[in-house]
Amino acid sequence: MAPDAPAPADAEAEPEEPPPPPPTLHGALLSESRGQSVVHPDRPAYLGLIRALKDDGFVMCVDLCGADYLVKRNRPLPDGVVGERFEVVVNLLSLAERRRIRVRVQVPESDPRLPSIYELHPGSEAMEREAYDMFGIGFDGHPDLSRILMPDDWEGHPLRKDYGIGRIPVQFKQAGGAR
Amino acid sequence: MSQTLETPVAALVGGIESLRDPGAVLRIPHLPESVDEVPTDDETMIINMGPQHPSTHGVLRVMMELRGETVLRCKPVIGYLHTGMEKTGEDLTFLQGPTNTTRMDYVSPMFNELVFSLATEKLLELEIPERATWIRMLMCELNRMSSQVLWLATNGMDLGAVSMMIYGFRERESILAFFEKTTGLRMNHNYIRPGGVAADLPDGWRDDVMKILDVFPGRLDEYETLLTGQPIWQERTQGIGVITADECVALGITGPILRSTGVDWDLRRDAPYLFYDQVDFNVVVGTYGDTFDRYAIRLNEIRESMGIIHQILERMPAGDYRAQDKKVTPPPRARIDESMEALIHHFKIFTEGFKVPEGEVYVAVESPRGELGCYLVSDGSSKPYRMHIRGPSFVNLQALAPMIQGGLIADAVAIISTVDPVMGEVDR
Repeated sequence: MAPDAPAPADAEAEPEEPPPPPPTLHGALLSESRGQSVVHPDRPAYLGLIRALKDDGFVMCVDLCGADYLVKRNRPLPDGVVGERFEVVVNLLSLAERRRIRVRVQVPESDPRLPSIYELHPGSEAMEREAYDMFGIGFDGHPDLSRILMPDDWEGHPLRKDYGIGRIPVQFKQAGGAR
Repeated sequence: MSQTLETPVAALVGGIESLRDPGAVLRIPHLPESVDEVPTDDETMIINMGPQHPSTHGVLRVMMELRGETVLRCKPVIGYLHTGMEKTGEDLTFLQGPTNTTRMDYVSPMFNELVFSLATEKLLELEIPERATWIRMLMCELNRMSSQVLWLATNGMDLGAVSMMIYGFRERESILAFFEKTTGLRMNHNYIRPGGVAADLPDGWRDDVMKILDVFPGRLDEYETLLTGQPIWQERTQGIGVITADECVALGITGPILRSTGVDWDLRRDAPYLFYDQVDFNVVVGTYGDTFDRYAIRLNEIRESMGIIHQILERMPAGDYRAQDKKVTPPPRARIDESMEALIHHFKIFTEGFKVPEGEVYVAVESPRGELGCYLVSDGSSKPYRMHIRGPSFVNLQALAPMIQGGLIADAVAIISTVDPVMGEVDR
């Protein structure tokens, strides 16, 4: 009984259940995170997706930041998205529809570059500079990609996971008095 | 007057093109073509304002290229107060997180704590008690009042109304005294925490809040007499630092600057969080997008906040001030004395912290400066894997260049002030 039962169930399930096509938006995979919409374009499609979303009404680039998944490569991502070391996360806002959408694009460690969305959203200027400063992700087409928070001659990109936290040794002196 | 949302959005597409010079000494964001003159000879002068200039509100440095008294180009230089708070945040547990974020925008610390707590709670999918939510709203609206009144004070001083400085600080102090009574600290409270708030409101809180609400309206009228109708004040603010709705949307600018251009956008109403959908208030918008409009908006937002607080006072329910989820909330103090398990439980929460399920969220609240966002990634441990704060001041500073451009250097001070940047949040 037990060995037979799963086989017909599988046989039935397979023809009836063509895997539902994963939800997409402008050709990029769409997923949900705690009720928030997330789109996962691949790198070549990134700029086109931001443009298409802007035409859809997502006219304000609220936030753009990087993330380094050096020590967490197997994070949950929809099927078909290959997790790379870096990620750039763009939060877009549609004022007319009062809706937000988040774009997560994978950026490989070997070539950490991404086209800049400066021409579409001039407000991303400072944010892309911050992502460059903190993660070393280059943005092609950015008018002036330079450090913004760290000094110009700083070495390294502080928010990378392999960038250590500096410590200043502090000497605690024992308080005087009766003991 | 309110403008429909469609107008700025539609006019924006393709309406603005980049005229920036890559690699130029002064970098400017996109500007209307007519304004961007490229100087050809040595008749221009580059001066530095800051980072120690008193009117730059902290350590903001503005490089300006002048021809005579006219500012040709300007560029804010930031980073002088960068303390790596996002990196620090990755090393602190979710419970310790608010101690870190509260130090970002030190003028309105409650909002920083709130946005971090809301993001953590969204990851936890944790419901917090009603009373805790109302307390959060009360503290946030009081903080909005103290923040706007501090802005009035510093802005007044920047424009020569030095008495405003003293009045503004006096009013702010009355609110900070209430904060101290409730949270133990005047600033950097660490009061709003994941799971609720740190402590219940103190005895007699209603009287304290009522006292503040009784004093404020009269004082606000005094400021109106002092500033609003004054010809000098009007000359210095009206038509100064004009920005259009299109530019604001393109640059991602939110808060009073966006509203001063007539765009009717306030997250409290348009993307309600806490119980803002249960209270009545108006979103104050301007018409001209100039410094005067931003002044008027901030002044009237204090009045709207007072209206909200009156409603909160009426509706404040009894109940818990923090969630009773044992995973997140430590046991009450009295239990620790009598129960070994409670002691262990308390110890575990404060040393290891609570674990937050894997995932990523972006949560935004309306701070006095605009949209304050928190992008939080958890890998299932008790510390955030990545914490990013979207500071409104950081983004709003980009408005400086188009606003100062083509104006007089004397107005630059007024315009820097009107952006209301808090450098702790800009540099994080």
